[in-house]
Amino acid sequence: MTDALTTNGAPKTMRDRLRLWWRAEPAHPMKRAQFNAPLAPWLFVLPQIAVVVVFFYWPAIQAVTSSFYIEDPFGFGATFVGLENYKTALDSTQYASTAAFTAFFCVVVTTLALGFGLLLAVKADKVIRGAHSYKTLLIAVYAIAPPVAGLIGMMFFDMHIGPFTEIAAWFGYELKVGVNYWDTVVALVTIAVWKQIPYNFIFFLSGMQSIPASVREAALIDARSGWRRFCDVTLPLLAPTAFFLLIINITYTMFDTFPIIDVIVKDKPANNPMTLVYKVYLDGFKGNDIGGSSAQSVILMIVVAVLTVVQFRFLERRVHYG
Amino acid sequence: MAHITLKDVSKTYSGSAHSAVSGVDIAIQDGEFIVLVGPSGCGKSTLLRMVAGLEAISGGQVHIGDRLVNDLDPAERDIAMVFQNYALYPHMTVRDNMAYGLKNRGASRQELAQRVQEAATLLELGPYLDRKPRALSGGQRQRVAMGRAIVRQPAAFLFDEPLSNLDAKLRVTMRMEIRKLQKRLGTTALYVTHDQLEAMTLADRLVVLNGGQIEQIGAPLEVYRTPASTFVASFIGAPAMSLLDAHVESGRLVLAGHQVARVHAGDGPLTLGLRAEDLRIAPQGLPMDVEFIEELGAQRVVYGLVDGQRLAVVETGAKSISQRVHIAIDPQRLHLFDTVSGRRRDIVVEQQIPSHAHL
Ligand SMILES: Nc1ncnc2c1ncn2[C@@H]1O[C@H](COP(=O)(O)OP(=O)(O)OP(=O)(O)O)[C@@H](O)[C@H]1O
Ligand SMILES: [Mg+2]
Repeated sequence: MTDALTTNGAPKTMRDRLRLWWRAEPAHPMKRAQFNAPLAPWLFVLPQIAVVVVFFYWPAIQAVTSSFYIEDPFGFGATFVGLENYKTALDSTQYASTAAFTAFFCVVVTTLALGFGLLLAVKADKVIRGAHSYKTLLIAVYAIAPPVAGLIGMMFFDMHIGPFTEIAAWFGYELKVGVNYWDTVVALVTIAVWKQIPYNFIFFLSGMQSIPASVREAALIDARSGWRRFCDVTLPLLAPTAFFLLIINITYTMFDTFPIIDVIVKDKPANNPMTLVYKVYLDGFKGNDIGGSSAQSVILMIVVAVLTVVQFRFLERRVHYG
Repeated sequence: MAHITLKDVSKTYSGSAHSAVSGVDIAIQDGEFIVLVGPSGCGKSTLLRMVAGLEAISGGQVHIGDRLVNDLDPAERDIAMVFQNYALYPHMTVRDNMAYGLKNRGASRQELAQRVQEAATLLELGPYLDRKPRALSGGQRQRVAMGRAIVRQPAAFLFDEPLSNLDAKLRVTMRMEIRKLQKRLGTTALYVTHDQLEAMTLADRLVVLNGGQIEQIGAPLEVYRTPASTFVASFIGAPAMSLLDAHVESGRLVLAGHQVARVHAGDGPLTLGLRAEDLRIAPQGLPMDVEFIEELGAQRVVYGLVDGQRLAVVETGAKSISQRVHIAIDPQRLHLFDTVSGRRRDIVVEQQIPSHAHL
């Protein structure tokens, strides 16, 4: 084909390329997936890159920059202070206790949510093995559950109308969520776990269902004890699912429990438990300390990055991907 | 090692109207190799899985050795099973796969290592012991599955179509290996297949199943030579036995207007079974219109129509074959079946007469 737009068969300019592309007939089936211009692939990934840049890199860079400044409370410019904000954050005892609580919260919520999710999945799997309609129904019910569960959970612990408060009172204990530190911890953990169980349940269940029936039967012949079979065969084959859920659950506990904490802790006396994320929000937006809260969020980013690397390096190696 | 006895065993799946297996009686001797054979859906797997304990027994009794095992867990029945898709534990090495069952039965570390080593040597799996199953070929996985079964030295091996995922050539080799291994270990074996050739070559005795019931039990040659029914006759042997409508007329067996033999039977219709290799193309005899010829190298199978009924003849010659040929029938090699029930009829066939004799 000789064409005004091409010299020696190659398009001259970017515009010509676009025009050629517009006029082009459908490619021969053998060649259809190939691009002879380096432009087209970029066009396809551009929206994705734009989203990541606008919503992730840009705010991240903003956070890193402002963490080196102390902003004037009245909005009259900012002063460069170097690592001062980081030092302040890391030296503060309140920061240390929030970090400690966050770690504790992560361990407890993740352990309980994974444990209960797995337990329910094992029980459900026994009942619905092979029965498809059952499974779809169960999953549908559980898919709607989490947001509802979160709402209901908060109502349960309400100081005035919550039934848990009444039950505790019945046993002669005055449950003061939002006032008593450990009462609040119990409420936070319960709601956070309660909300995450359905998610873990669905993933564990579909993981169990994807273990071939004949492998289970082979185990049935090889091992008499159901507990042994669970530990030696089911659990290792669920490991990829569990690993994935572990990361999801830690992320969930660190970040997505924000609304729960917000509802329970909001407008309550100050010595309440909270996560690092909530403290970033509190210091930045309530305390107007943009520099300090930026420094905290940068520390948080580093922690998450380190955690992820550690998880992948040390856990994934022990996980079997069949 | 043990004998296995099935007494009036039946199975009805919950939610199913009719039974998948019914009234099965088999007495398996110690060390015997029994092959369950039959078309798809006839209940072979169901029967095997009831012996394994993977499927509840709806009726009847299963004894392994002297123990009634109806209510025992699979792990307590002292059997080992080889599955069609091997069912190896994907997260364990070959060594652990083979050792797992024995380990759970409290074998010492030393005994474990020794037995696995023995099995690995026997199956030539030595170089692969530390690999995971996904790094093995289909044939090697099959061997590991075998190894897992023999390491435990169970009372019986149960096989459910263990070779059907392999290519034709490997299937033949593995078939012989399984047979040799079983003879050498002397372990009772129950083997399921729908491949009649596999069944013939492996079995001490065949059990032919049809619609959940036993059609015939017998040594392969016995089943081949005296099939108990038209079902068995057409299922065992390749090419399949030709089954033709014939009838008896005052002591003469008549097919398509030709007298085939003299028989001691009352008048009426009969189904005549003829094995392809028992027939010859001759200068004179039953006329057949040739339809097509299957060339197999050492021999060829000539298919044709006799009075509208399909007949197969094995022929070893290399001559070209004309459109119309004549078939000679040996009266001593006839199979006669009841037209209605399809069961074999033991009718005395008397004397040899020229098969081309017209009435
Ligand atoms: N779990 C089940 N629930 C209900 N019916 C079943 C179940 N398993 C098998 N069946 C039915 O029982 C009959 C026998 O099945 P089985 O699997 O034993 O056949 P098979 O002889 O092994 O066939 P194939 O050669 O195809 O494996 C079939 O009609 C099948 O539909
Ligand atoms: Mg089957």
